[in-house]
Amino acid sequence: MGILDSKIPSGPLADKWTKHKNEIDLVNPANKRNIDVIVVGTGLAGGAAAATLAELGYNVKTFCYQDSPRRAHSIAAQGGINAAKNYQGDGDSFYRLFYDTIKGGDYRSREANVYRLAEESANIIDQCVAQGVPFAREYGGLLDNRSFGGVLVSRTFYAKGQTGQQLLLGAYAAMNRQINRGKIKAYNRHEMMDLVLVDGKARGIIARDLVSGEIQRHSAHAVVLATGGYGNVFFLSTNAMGSNVMAAWRAHKKGAFFANPCYTQIHPTCIPVSGEHQSKLTLMSESLRNDGRIWVPKRKEDAIAIREGKLKPTQLAEEERDYYLERRYPAFGNLVPRDVASRAAKERCDAGFGVNKTGEAVYLDFAAAIDRYGREKAMTSGIKDPDNATILKLGEEIIEAKYGNLFQMYEKIVDENPYKTPMMIYPAVHYTMGGLWVDYNLQTTIPGCYCAGEANFSDHGANRLGASALMQGLADGYFVLPYTIGDFLADDIRTGAIATDSPEFEAAENEVRGRLEKLMSGTGIHSVDYYHKKLGKIMWNKCGMSRNAKELEEAIGEIAELRKDFWENVKIPGSADSKNQELEKAGRVADFLELGELFAKDALHRNESCGGHFREEYQTEEGEALRDDKNFKYVAAWEFKGEPKDAVLHKEDLVYENIELKTRSYK
Amino acid sequence: MKLTLKIWRQKDASAKGQIVDYTLDGVEGDMSFLEMLDILNEELVSKGEEPVEFDHDCREGICGTCSLQINGEPHGPDRLITTCQLHMRKFNDGDTIVIEPFRAKAFPVIKDLIVDRSAFDRIQQAGGYISVNTSGNTVDANAIPIRKEDADKAMDAATCIGCGACVAACKNASAMLFTSAKVSQFALLPQGQVEAAERVENMVRQMDLEGFGNCTNTGACEVECPKGISLENIARMNREYLSATLKG
Repeated sequence: MGILDSKIPSGPLADKWTKHKNEIDLVNPANKRNIDVIVVGTGLAGGAAAATLAELGYNVKTFCYQDSPRRAHSIAAQGGINAAKNYQGDGDSFYRLFYDTIKGGDYRSREANVYRLAEESANIIDQCVAQGVPFAREYGGLLDNRSFGGVLVSRTFYAKGQTGQQLLLGAYAAMNRQINRGKIKAYNRHEMMDLVLVDGKARGIIARDLVSGEIQRHSAHAVVLATGGYGNVFFLSTNAMGSNVMAAWRAHKKGAFFANPCYTQIHPTCIPVSGEHQSKLTLMSESLRNDGRIWVPKRKEDAIAIREGKLKPTQLAEEERDYYLERRYPAFGNLVPRDVASRAAKERCDAGFGVNKTGEAVYLDFAAAIDRYGREKAMTSGIKDPDNATILKLGEEIIEAKYGNLFQMYEKIVDENPYKTPMMIYPAVHYTMGGLWVDYNLQTTIPGCYCAGEANFSDHGANRLGASALMQGLADGYFVLPYTIGDFLADDIRTGAIATDSPEFEAAENEVRGRLEKLMSGTGIHSVDYYHKKLGKIMWNKCGMSRNAKELEEAIGEIAELRKDFWENVKIPGSADSKNQELEKAGRVADFLELGELFAKDALHRNESCGGHFREEYQTEEGEALRDDKNFKYVAAWEFKGEPKDAVLHKEDLVYENIELKTRSYK
Repeated sequence: MKLTLKIWRQKDASAKGQIVDYTLDGVEGDMSFLEMLDILNEELVSKGEEPVEFDHDCREGICGTCSLQINGEPHGPDRLITTCQLHMRKFNDGDTIVIEPFRAKAFPVIKDLIVDRSAFDRIQQAGGYISVNTSGNTVDANAIPIRKEDADKAMDAATCIGCGACVAACKNASAMLFTSAKVSQFALLPQGQVEAAERVENMVRQMDLEGFGNCTNTGACEVECPKGISLENIARMNREYLSATLKG
């Protein structure tokens, strides 16, 4: 077991980033022209990094499996992006955003990284507005804000329910400007199959052209991985169908440590699973918790009657409903952090109060908000003594303006009108806080291999607060990585182009070809999805919202067995040298089958409950998470040693100099 | 329900394609259209046949990856949604469904139902941006107030997902709605004014180079657009274009 050096700059917290930027090496503009950088993944982190690196003068190659960078899954983020602008004058500051994020992450993230994130948050909003991102505005023409979970200020900027889309299109536009200048060469419909190391440094990748099946070598002086999270290890998640861990996992197998794989965010407000055929889950933005109240029936008989279709939720009077979040957490109410809200929903459903066919759903009710907005609007419109129909109509209009697209999305999937009857929601896998271990410069344990956005582990600890993923992706991509990478590249100004005919590239390409051949040679009868669904069931049942040692041990064995079966038997029609979506899926699932085991191993070793990681053995009498700071106040970074079960643990001790560790309370 | 599916199969860009018939049983109303295709593919794989390839990713109507011409309509019979949000409850037992790729000269077929929409990227690369570097010291975001009405209109235009349904719906395979959405977003915002003239000229030039057809104001694009992008944007782009060329 080694000790990891996170390279956190010395000095007071608020000065660290400025001091660091002043001290790291820079590359002069003329030399940047001779340096190549590969960016894998073109979401917020990758797209922003690629555009900024190209603006600075580096030659950039981007890779994405989608047909266009604009389709990366950052696009699906709905609710908003946090920034410590204090435009509402409600006492927000860098420190508060920093504090909320550390606390929200259950004291398992790095102080220096999170403070830097808070500092850069304000720049992001300025930058995006300058790019023409159409954030929501108030009638005075200034930017509007809303609240998100786990905080007591309004610091979330948004563009209707499509904030991720608008921010990604901003980064995509910045990329397009550089593509037009010839500074970025975009390889779309390409997948990174392996990382190539030369003399211990990341110097390129092996990619597969997903249309022709061609295997290609691409070299560079540094490689940036910004390939998102691994939530699809659960099969069902809110991630896009193609979201995968391949790039990060290939790097892990080449020496990059994988940190805190068990930290997964289960988002409380998703549309419940409807049946076995389900291919993915759909999120309903956390912003809905600003106005929606979450409840289940107080009496079990009522819950049963609702499940059987004999009773409608609207027939239950106020006093027959259990607004369990407001009851358990009066200070934060419906706006508790995601992990807390998810566990509370599971607790009610496990106790028999669930409200859909499967008993795995709770209500998210807008009736009170519609009434409140309707009355307010009637008053400001000069309508005296409005009748109920008028109030309802006006209120629904306000709700539609705020969340219209989400309500429409819900209605299309569930076939119920959420303006008239409460939404049904249930937690689903949404985000992974774990990822490749990086130091303060966002460099992994492989020199020259950097990792940004959700793919790294750095800023959210054991639980991410709402509207913080977009903030981190863009901070990493626009404002951190383009500068910190210069510290590494400064040594490469005389290196010249990296050759792709070296033995290292040859070996990596052969390895990739061998792997594809092996996948294609399966002789069984089951498809890739069959294995993926089986893995997902193991993960959800034994490594999901609550975990225990016995089931985690079982999961480790079951996943290893499933992996063996997969490699011998998976059936893939077609050939490897043409477009083959089954083969694409197979490569991704193969990696999930290894990551899943490491995930369970990590969850098993962490004998405490913190954030999204809830171990049944470690809880208070009231069922709240019980952290163990004495023994587990560290980042668990795993080194690959042949098989997931043999991974070696390295610890990075987390030092809190500015924040006092407390039991997280939202009561 | 039991369905007859008539699906376009084409091995690759150069191969000749054809419609192939499949029957599929056990389809339920709360399945999405793409989940229905997943089941068909699962059956094909188990028989050792090549599955039907189609583009899809987020499956929640925002990434713009999915396409499909379903019974002659882009994204199928329902309005204001993408194919991935279409549910089988819109169909009946015994229905025959014809599934084809989006058809346009500028969108060549790659395989089966997958088309190449990179022409859209090239239109954006020609000018769909504001030239501002990432410096971290641009002016404060609230330094330039923008009328809420303009900001909202810009947002409405900006919600285009680049799926290509407008092109597939148009008898001329015109990309005017797509191009005008981006031109409008920036034309409505003060940040977009400086480069407005070059932007519209360059984007329209690229649009024509890609082989998209002209607009004859049939309005089919607006009807089929999953995001409800308004024809008003085309009018605005025409105005911008005219004023740009007059300025010369």
